[in-house]
Amino acid sequence: MAKQEKRTELKVSAIENGTVIDHIPPQSVFQVINILGLNKVSNQIMVGTNLDSHKHGKKGIIKVSKKYFESEEINKIALVAPTATLIVIKDYTVVYKAKVEIPERIRKIVKCINPNCITNAENIPTNFTVVEKEDELRLHCNYCEKYTKKENIRFI
Amino acid sequence: MKNKSLISIHDITKVDYDRVLDLAEKFEKNPKQDILNNWVVATLFFEPSTRTRLSFESAASQLGARVIGFSDASTSSVKKGETLKDTILTVSNYSDIIVMRHPREGSARYASEVSPVPIINAGDGANQHPTQCLLDLYSIRKTQKKLDDLHIAFVGDLKYGRTVHSLVQALTNYKTTFHLISPVELKLPSSVKQFIKDKNLEYYQYTEMDQVIPKVDILYMTRIQQERFADPLEYERVKGAYILRENMLSDAKKNLRVMHPLPRVNEITEDVDDNPKAYYFQQAQNGVYVRQALLTIILGEEKKVKS
Repeated sequence: MAKQEKRTELKVSAIENGTVIDHIPPQSVFQVINILGLNKVSNQIMVGTNLDSHKHGKKGIIKVSKKYFESEEINKIALVAPTATLIVIKDYTVVYKAKVEIPERIRKIVKCINPNCITNAENIPTNFTVVEKEDELRLHCNYCEKYTKKENIRFI
Repeated sequence: MKNKSLISIHDITKVDYDRVLDLAEKFEKNPKQDILNNWVVATLFFEPSTRTRLSFESAASQLGARVIGFSDASTSSVKKGETLKDTILTVSNYSDIIVMRHPREGSARYASEVSPVPIINAGDGANQHPTQCLLDLYSIRKTQKKLDDLHIAFVGDLKYGRTVHSLVQALTNYKTTFHLISPVELKLPSSVKQFIKDKNLEYYQYTEMDQVIPKVDILYMTRIQQERFADPLEYERVKGAYILRENMLSDAKKNLRVMHPLPRVNEITEDVDDNPKAYYFQQAQNGVYVRQALLTIILGEEKKVKS
């Protein structure tokens, strides 16, 4: 069983089965909710934001009961909240805990910024190579060869 | 390169450049050879480009290949709403290689993923036009007898010009010094300059060409389009500075050649045409030899070529 939490710490309770997304930058919490479609599901969800964090100053956290994310969904989380940690809980026990990782390729989930790209004209799954230069993340479209910057990322 | 599509200049290695240019040289000496008479070449032009299409069709015809295709999407089933995938899959039943021009960027790469036959990209929107780049390289090598240690000037619209971006990137494989002449609004994008920096090559930027002409071996002219300017007055103010007149070539080096991807509008005055340094029409002719070389290599018939 989870131990009793102190009043100065997180005021949300532990979950029996499900996923905790921790260390989300506070400004990205609601974006994470949106891209995962958590506003449309019937699962029990607890959301905290602007909580104190030793590592990052302030952080957000989302706990979703009875939900385990697919790799495509985890890739989405990595793109908008690269500092996030994913914790998988089964029977109140942590069975997996790791920082999300941005993969080398992003397929299907992001729209190409270039309106004249063939992927925006026909029903073609997008395919990007992730390029990180000077701490700036950009996605290079495999088709039109244009870059989509992090701030312009839109999910399909 | 055999059986492989040619989509982007990024797909081509320096070794491939030499191979294509060397073979094109053989075709220049001997352009009519019956080596592709078992092959059918499809030219699918989803947007019109008469010059490029005729160049490919001439290249294929002179080697004995049969050519099928369309020159305008409005006369094909594309107009009825057929997807690109369906068009490519259908045409690949009728042909051994597909040359395509399409208004959308990335269309050629996508076609190469779905097509069982190789694709040659003859222009995908503002993205890539690799055969233009190869014919430019061929023209430079032919007129200068080398590709290394050249001073090459690009003039005009360096921001939007697909031709310029590809050629600059290709030339970074050689010891090129770049002279970039454009209005401030149309400077070469920093992403393209990065390719030059990555190879530790030198580049210089100018807004006027007069002082640059005597220094360079190639003067690559491009058209400046009025619609690129937010303010039409600004266009009127700058356009005159990027027009090449015959008298501006008087102090040029003897080996200088003037190139232009064509069509030209007014950025090279007609009196330049008679100057032996004008090379743009021969440049277009070289396109046929380079395309013959590409078709032959991709179809695997290189060994049949007579030198």
